[in-house]
Amino acid sequence: MGNLSDLSKMVEPDRVRKEVYTDAEIFEREMERIHETVWIYCGHDSQVPKAGDYCTVQIGRQPMIMVRGKDRKVNVLYNRCPHRGNLICGDRKGNTGDQFRCSYHAWTFHHDGKLKNIPMMESGYAGTRLNKDSPELCMKKAARVETYRGFVFASLSSSGPSLKEFLGESIVAFDDMCDRAPGGEVEVVPNCFRVIQHSNWKLFMENQIDALHPSVVHQSTGRAAHEVEKLLAKEAKSGEAPLSYHMLSAFATVTIDKWDNFQTINYPHGHCILTGYMGLRPQDPDTLAYDKIMIKAYGKKRFEEIVGVNIHHVLVYPGLSVQSPLQQLRAVRPLGVDRTLTEIWHFRLKGAPEAIYRRSLAYYNLVNSPATLINADDLENFWKCHTGLSSDGGDWVSFARHHGRDLEKDGVVSSAPNMGTSEAPMRNQMKAWAKFMKEAR
Amino acid sequence: MKQQHEVEQFLYRQSELLDTKQWQKWIDLFAADGIYWMPPDASYKTWDGQPAIFAEDKNLMKVRMLRVLHPDAWSQRPLWETNHVVSNVVIRKVAKNGDIEVASRFHMMELRRDDVRHFAGSYFHRLKKTKNGYAIKLQRVDMANAQAAYDYVLQVWV
Ligand code: FES
Ligand SMILES: [Fe+2]
Repeated sequence: MGNLSDLSKMVEPDRVRKEVYTDAEIFEREMERIHETVWIYCGHDSQVPKAGDYCTVQIGRQPMIMVRGKDRKVNVLYNRCPHRGNLICGDRKGNTGDQFRCSYHAWTFHHDGKLKNIPMMESGYAGTRLNKDSPELCMKKAARVETYRGFVFASLSSSGPSLKEFLGESIVAFDDMCDRAPGGEVEVVPNCFRVIQHSNWKLFMENQIDALHPSVVHQSTGRAAHEVEKLLAKEAKSGEAPLSYHMLSAFATVTIDKWDNFQTINYPHGHCILTGYMGLRPQDPDTLAYDKIMIKAYGKKRFEEIVGVNIHHVLVYPGLSVQSPLQQLRAVRPLGVDRTLTEIWHFRLKGAPEAIYRRSLAYYNLVNSPATLINADDLENFWKCHTGLSSDGGDWVSFARHHGRDLEKDGVVSSAPNMGTSEAPMRNQMKAWAKFMKEAR
Repeated sequence: MKQQHEVEQFLYRQSELLDTKQWQKWIDLFAADGIYWMPPDASYKTWDGQPAIFAEDKNLMKVRMLRVLHPDAWSQRPLWETNHVVSNVVIRKVAKNGDIEVASRFHMMELRRDDVRHFAGSYFHRLKKTKNGYAIKLQRVDMANAQAAYDYVLQVWV
């Protein structure tokens, strides 16, 4: 079917056509109008501490390089040589020294993409349309780059809202993460877990704030962890098992009905906050030591505000899922209509005790590593969902749960009390999606 | 010679237990304080306090085992088989008390639904001499694929 001309008919307030997930043409269009237009997370400042440090990152379909210049500025460039198109960087990260050097014909470039040298330029180019100052001899830059509290974003479109305007209320993801450090800063733990799922990227974004799924999908791990947790609690002097077991067992003990107590708050551009504190305020000695340092840094009042922030997940549409109380995030890199890569990072709260880092590290390893005890079953569902959606067994995806009951104020849509499992976040994402897809660049 | 043979048999038995999904028996090969560790890359010196693909004591091993045995472990429903080959077994160190450090290489083929994946790399075992054989104090698994993007995930130990 001519899907592109029918886009307006694809999204209804409470349901969406299956082609939105499975059609290759629609995928190309959403890469162009969403991922290659809006602000996309590239990486954290601390991934490239020294001049010449770089890492490669995919924005939509575009291979990009994030690189630290000698002027300390972080640049985001297309990973493409202006000569004949060769990739400039062939690996995921490294240090390029004081220049980029193309591996094909040895053109060199400054960290901001400006041409440095072409071998035998004088004799080779005298009298041609090109000279040392021709812009087409430079590596192309991302149209816009902005950083918020160390988190670097790029937009490949020169127009549109600023990063702060775009993030809106979802900016709390970065504030919540950084504020929990006594020094107000985080630094990256230098490891990225990368996992590929066989499904459209939107299934991941919807799942991250889908309060209806955890107790169903993660029952097996929740139960297993609960068994061992009980044994360990019995053996422990404190009568409590390590917190990591609780994080896992909660997937089973927080049963499906209890998830209605949580709330989703949905913002323009598709962003969403899932509330629900992650149980990170126990009264063990580690936490108390941390509290003390925090109170010293911020004062009692501000400290209470910071650790009282009620967040489970923040979804920054279209490609970032942040678990700020645990200092971790997953960046979504669509590889194709039915393949999606997630890059999973953990951050260290600067100035916080080692024990606090280890606590969130346990979650990073157990939940977010490639040997995950949790995501294995999500990925299984993503593949099954995508495969089912590719069939002729139905035309629609339903997002009707609690439709019409959400609370709306000034463009912000919240799930109503005791309706945390409302499919409001999916409806909100698709509303934003439809708007993005209509707007020509 | 005898020791080499014993150690080889031990490693072969361990991989056989994985391929035949005898999880509890596999866990039983570890000492009470034994650790199974797969670092994200070869440069890591310790499992403690660092990102790890696996860093499991026997309690966490038990969680993993109970999970895969749970009837609602959805991802365990489809056909799923593995086949390990272990080789290049070299005893690196023998302590006076009989404890041993041994290096080996493995190749694992995994079938999940209709998809085949290959994982390969090296094992490092620190083994404690026991009454009737060995117990694993530490098993370090350095996968050649460790840094690659994972097409799907690892559900049990490699
Ligand atoms: S393609 Fe880069 S120098 Fe020729
Ligand atoms: Fe999940």
